Amino acid sequence: MLPNKLNVTCLVSIGMHPLSRRARRAEQDARAVELGLNLAESSQHQLSVVHAGELTSEAEFALSSYLGMGLDELKVLSIPPQLDITSALTDYVRSIKSNLVIMGQQTEQGDSSAMLPYLLAQALSIPVVRGITEIIDIDNTRQHITLLQALPRGQRRQITGSLPMIICIDMAAKAPRQSAVGKALSGKITPVSVNLTGLDPVAVKPMLTATVRPKRLKLIKAKTAAERFKAATAKATNSGGKLVYDPQQGAQAIYDLLKQEKLL
Amino acid sequence: MSQHRRRDPRVLKIIRNRLHPLHGQYVDSSTIKQFGPSGLLRKFPHRVGTIAANGRRRINRLGGHAPSFSMSQPLEALVNLPLHQVKQPEFYILVVLDCVAGRLTEHDKDCLGFAQMLANRKGQAGAVLAVIFGESKDTDLTLFGIDRLLHITDDAVQGYQPELCCEYLSQIIAQFNPKHIIFPDSIFAGADLGRRIAAKLALSVATSAWKLVEDELTCRASQGLSDIKSPLTDVILLLEQAYEPTSEYRYETLLLDIPKIAMYKSSLQDDGLVEVDPSQIPLAEAGFIIAGGNGITDWPLFHRTAELLGATKGASRVAVDDGFMARDRQVGATGTWVSAQVYIAVGISGAIQHLQGISRCEKVIAINIDDSCDMIKRADLSVIGDSQAILAELNQLCLQTKKVVDDVA
Repeated sequence: MLPNKLNVTCLVSIGMHPLSRRARRAEQDARAVELGLNLAESSQHQLSVVHAGELTSEAEFALSSYLGMGLDELKVLSIPPQLDITSALTDYVRSIKSNLVIMGQQTEQGDSSAMLPYLLAQALSIPVVRGITEIIDIDNTRQHITLLQALPRGQRRQITGSLPMIICIDMAAKAPRQSAVGKALSGKITPVSVNLTGLDPVAVKPMLTATVRPKRLKLIKAKTAAERFKAATAKATNSGGKLVYDPQQGAQAIYDLLKQEKLL
Repeated sequence: MSQHRRRDPRVLKIIRNRLHPLHGQYVDSSTIKQFGPSGLLRKFPHRVGTIAANGRRRINRLGGHAPSFSMSQPLEALVNLPLHQVKQPEFYILVVLDCVAGRLTEHDKDCLGFAQMLANRKGQAGAVLAVIFGESKDTDLTLFGIDRLLHITDDAVQGYQPELCCEYLSQIIAQFNPKHIIFPDSIFAGADLGRRIAAKLALSVATSAWKLVEDELTCRASQGLSDIKSPLTDVILLLEQAYEPTSEYRYETLLLDIPKIAMYKSSLQDDGLVEVDPSQIPLAEAGFIIAGGNGITDWPLFHRTAELLGATKGASRVAVDDGFMARDRQVGATGTWVSAQVYIAVGISGAIQHLQGISRCEKVIAINIDDSCDMIKRADLSVIGDSQAILAELNQLCLQTKKVVDDVA
């Protein structure tokens, strides 16, 4: 491998359609693969896509839709659900000397705790960032990466970090390309041998159907009848705002309000 | 002279005729006692009481004994809450607050309410220790359940510095050894910071928790489709509206000394916010929206103003139906529900579907020719007049300021 080429790893999980509950490619992980594929196509960085979990027929169907995005190979660390995948993944990422790990933020099934990137980063002693939408620049020589992070209200923040690094992709990232059946058939799923005896057991918690969360009611903690009466009859004190009839003054008032809200 | 009261036909005629110029003299107010022809005291049931804010008649029979309220005063201000003090805390519950733009969010307050419940249940007397990173603009923090406060105003924690915040938190955790650490599971900082600290210190963690029964947490899992039960963990990331904020006490909010941390080099550097094209921001997320409706005749002016102000463009249903704006720009119950900080409605009278769609907006500015329309009732600032003239004025004002700034630069 050339020294200035990065070793990019995408970690993918098996998603779940929210209505039919069928296995599918996970939305965020697909975005991560899209980002990885773009890196590989534009700068010839080397991309490997890895999944850790039991390889059932359902899983194979979901994984093939990642292959359908144009991957030649998808590696699978076959680990039963009773065992913790973190240490196996840590060992694998370390063994292939990956510079950049791209993954989704949160799985679509299972307990969706979104802890894996943080646990991996801790085990590998490398930085991790969440909510990434775009890679702006990668400086191979200085091992620097510039990223764009999604913030609430559609805002974006630029972050610079040092490689190696784990980045978690937000739903605001570029939508993934379509999965083609022909490409899915031509790509192959390669199992990677894992030493299962070294893995920690993990308690599989039963999944219960989500109960409806109660809606918050407006609590009235009135102690006397007069307070209750007032709470029941008082209206919100938005008794109409300021009225301005002159266009010039009105424009000035709007301008001042926008200044006050720090929007101009 | 006769004992009988005599009726005065002229006065009765005047009383019957509301339009008579002397009517007010005889039928003045409820304070004047009037007697009927038989000598009985006349009652005027339609004139008793006052019309309340909800439009219904309220009759107060307490005479002068009723407590008097002024309607503008909030109910809470009348109640002087007792002070909750923890002199010797048995243990601490640590709450790390988001404090978006220096103000506690509703989510923060819920987390503090949850922490107070954990600290005081089963007859225990723990203290809630809150951590705020960066500046705080809230003037009174005593109402929200903070017993002890660590306010870290270090310049280095401004912006996105999760690793430094983690360093501070691990120091605090080592010093106070809190029983539980609570974060709001929010997009702002809590979700990231909580998971970081749990991974760093190898603590047990419950994410998206929303219910606690005895010692069992219920957490949302797999896209909110499932629940999982978990015993109480060290780190708890709480969902929104999981618990009621505190309301029964005031709290001490004692400021504690901030632990010192050694020189620390973060591997992440915050390069600041990036300019985003407002037209690219999805309408539901946008913080500043200018929406046009039927009152706009000069659409190019509307677009120019939106671009000058840097606002995301929206439209009412009429404007979309008439083809002036795209369907994905429609605001309202039938389009997008928006939650902007400032929403400017230009020439939108305010159909109920539109008002529903903007119910979560904080400040609404209305520009309309009709000062009796529903949008004016909702708006915090209304400018009455032709929307083209007002937009043109606003346009000019922005251009002038821009020119001044450019000249100075």
